[in-house]
Amino acid sequence: MSSDQRVPIEGPTRVSPAAILRLDDFTLRFRGQTVATVNGISLSVSAGEILCVVGESGCGKSVTAMSIMGLLPKGASDVLSGDLSFMGKSYDLRRENLPSHLRGNQIAMIFQEPMTSLNPAFSVGDQIAESVLQHQGGTRAEALRRARDLLVKVGISAPDQRLKEFPYQLSGGMRQRVMIAIALANDPKLLIADEPTTALDVTIQAQILNLIDDLRRDTGMGTMMITHDLGVVAEIADSVAVMYGGEVVEYGPVREIFANPQHPYTIGLMSAMPRLDRPGGRLAIVPGSVPAIENMPSGCRFRTRCAFANETCTERPLPMAAGSGHRVACHFAPLEEHVMVQA
Amino acid sequence: MSGDLILRASGLTKRFGGGGFLTRAPVVQAVDDVSLEVRRGETFAIVGESGCGKSTLARLLMRLLEPTAGQVVFDGEDISHAAGPDLTRLRRDMQFIFQDPFSSLNPRMTVGKLIGEPLEVHRPDLTARERRAKIGDLLRTVGLTDAHANRYPHEFSGGQRQRIGIARALASGPKLVIGDEPVSALDVSIQAQVINLMGDLSRDLGLTLVIIAHDLGVIRHMSDRVAVMYLGRIVETGTAAEVFDSPRHPYTQALLASIPAPRVEGEGRAPQLSGEMPSPTAPPPGCRFHTRCPFAGPECRNSVPELAPVDTGEVGSRKAATGTDHRVACHHWREIPLPAGAARSAPHSEPVEARFALYRAAIEGGQVVLKARVPTAAT
Ligand SMILES: Nc1ncnc2c1ncn2[C@@H]1O[C@H](COP(=O)(O)OP(=O)(O)OP(=O)(O)O)[C@@H](O)[C@H]1O
Ligand SMILES: Nc1ncnc2c1ncn2[C@@H]1O[C@H](COP(=O)(O)OP(=O)(O)O)[C@@H](O)[C@H]1O
Ligand code: SF4
Ligand code: SF4
Ligand SMILES: [Mg+2]
Ligand SMILES: [Mg+2]
Repeated sequence: MSSDQRVPIEGPTRVSPAAILRLDDFTLRFRGQTVATVNGISLSVSAGEILCVVGESGCGKSVTAMSIMGLLPKGASDVLSGDLSFMGKSYDLRRENLPSHLRGNQIAMIFQEPMTSLNPAFSVGDQIAESVLQHQGGTRAEALRRARDLLVKVGISAPDQRLKEFPYQLSGGMRQRVMIAIALANDPKLLIADEPTTALDVTIQAQILNLIDDLRRDTGMGTMMITHDLGVVAEIADSVAVMYGGEVVEYGPVREIFANPQHPYTIGLMSAMPRLDRPGGRLAIVPGSVPAIENMPSGCRFRTRCAFANETCTERPLPMAAGSGHRVACHFAPLEEHVMVQA
Repeated sequence: MSGDLILRASGLTKRFGGGGFLTRAPVVQAVDDVSLEVRRGETFAIVGESGCGKSTLARLLMRLLEPTAGQVVFDGEDISHAAGPDLTRLRRDMQFIFQDPFSSLNPRMTVGKLIGEPLEVHRPDLTARERRAKIGDLLRTVGLTDAHANRYPHEFSGGQRQRIGIARALASGPKLVIGDEPVSALDVSIQAQVINLMGDLSRDLGLTLVIIAHDLGVIRHMSDRVAVMYLGRIVETGTAAEVFDSPRHPYTQALLASIPAPRVEGEGRAPQLSGEMPSPTAPPPGCRFHTRCPFAGPECRNSVPELAPVDTGEVGSRKAATGTDHRVACHHWREIPLPAGAARSAPHSEPVEARFALYRAAIEGGQVVLKARVPTAAT
């Protein structure tokens, strides 16, 4: 159909032997709805890799993360397709979840609002120790020693005092560090971080990003990090999945995504971001807003906001290889080969 | 003094708490001895970390709060303690845009009513028909349509609600609009729409904007001049270019270094600011930044640095002649090196530049034409 040499590909292209996590063709529909909220997404995370999942609010980032963790409330949704493989074992998500004993152990999650996920009634030390005891056993004294080591590891000063403190006594940045300490308690192979710095100031955000970056270097842990901030992606990601309307529209190594963005939505997001090096003037925008799920168009879900949409786009674009490890789901990528714009 | 001033604050101070004679809530020094000047028609930004006093300062500037000490002069009039009819007039001339477009609009009022309400208060001379016409004008000004007047806030997206909030703020015909984080609750794609709208308004209506934001990219993009706050005080102020390109205060430098940016191959990460902002109930003596400052010396612990002009020798004298107002509050700014200008993003290759240009041309209304395809057997 098109003039170039692209070939449709299926599933993630970065199937490295070290993949810790793979999600293949995951589709989820909430009960009572006719349109799938998450529609056929595939991604993978390797040892030591940071995959950033980026997209605007409501595009299905958290639903995907919660599904991988098996934490979505039962009975609220149906998985229509999807295979999850974790550390070489496969699970058919239509029927089964990741075994719960892996949760908080081999695979750990941190959330955007650390206050709601810490228990206000228990001291920091007790909460970390609890997680250690639950998965590793041993004595309480040992677990508390481990808790103290973890606090040091996540850069908390005066760890002995902090162990005795309660969540309300900590600042937002400190709570997020405690959450990370709990997540790390059992040396997870995979960390899922859902907007871990969104509620924090830039100076504290920088500290937390550095921490996550150091940890994956030291421990080889894979990380799936959800964010809506392209700056964070540029700073920390090795690879990027750009999501729109419950689909991964572009996927690839971070350098490729920034140097050679192909999907009109990715280009739009980058154009819309105010830049320090190009102040003033009008920003190029992404017109309109995300339709409600019932109004999601067939074919390319972005077509109600895409300046390049035409009849072809009523058909769903397959992900195509766009470079090494880079894939894009748009009938007209790269734009300059397919379209002209007349004033 | 250059430029026509619309707003001037001097020695503005706000303390909360204390005072109670049974309860002894600690005194919060939210804003401490702040002086600033806003010129007519400019966009002035206030930036700083959570809890540094930005919102409190904004509320003082608007006379939504009464200062503990100091003075606010708006359009030549001292409004620090304005009340009664003076206050009503002030509300007409100075309007507020809130951060949260979801909670700042009454859900039971139609958009027409929401925008009509300030019109009724401030433009009682209008007939019902004139008012309806004016509501339509305002809706179109912010990129909505007349038909939206009959709908309720919940029927709108976040970006649209923020537009409604802006239309409402514009209804009384204000001279100055203060936005407290007006775009931070919005997704990037929507945020860009609202930033463009505010830029258009300041240009087309000659509005003066005071913008509070914590996103430095947003501030760099929108503002003419900037004030950086730390723990209730202004530590640096100047044009956006001065503050962003030659930051003199160690805190400004640290803030800028914290902005997430692509890693440059082979280069270490920028040194990060350690620790957190101390509580405003017990601000450190001397320079309030000394507990986190890598350049702090003994004098920083007991002497408060003044917000003084940045005069850099010969360049400075030239600047002084042209009326710069780059100011910094630091004892040691002369000895502190300017950070190396960071190249923040890799340049795009030519085809990719062309792609971005195509994108911009298309969303700005250009006509998209498919290129003729090389015919293949399949088609
Ligand atoms: N009514 C009040 N009573 C007591 N303390 C207050 C009051 N209002 C604000 N404060 C305190 O004053 C300080 C400055 O608050 P302010 O809301 O101005 O900060 P901000 O810079 O706007 O922060 P953010 O970025 O989080 O909005 C904070 O310590 C805050 O807790
Ligand atoms: N339990 C639920 N029932 C119905 N819809 C839901 C439920 N949970 C989430 N959603 C919807 O799924 C979409 C994706 O949500 P989410 O994954 O939280 O987005 P985000 O990308 O912001 O993390 C949203 O439209 C949200 O409203
Ligand atoms: S497939 Fe069509 S509508 Fe979708 S992004 Fe590409 S050009 Fe736009
Ligand atoms: S006055 Fe001293 S402590 Fe304050 S910013 Fe300057 S060098 Fe640092
Ligand atoms: Mg989410
Ligand atoms: Mg505030």
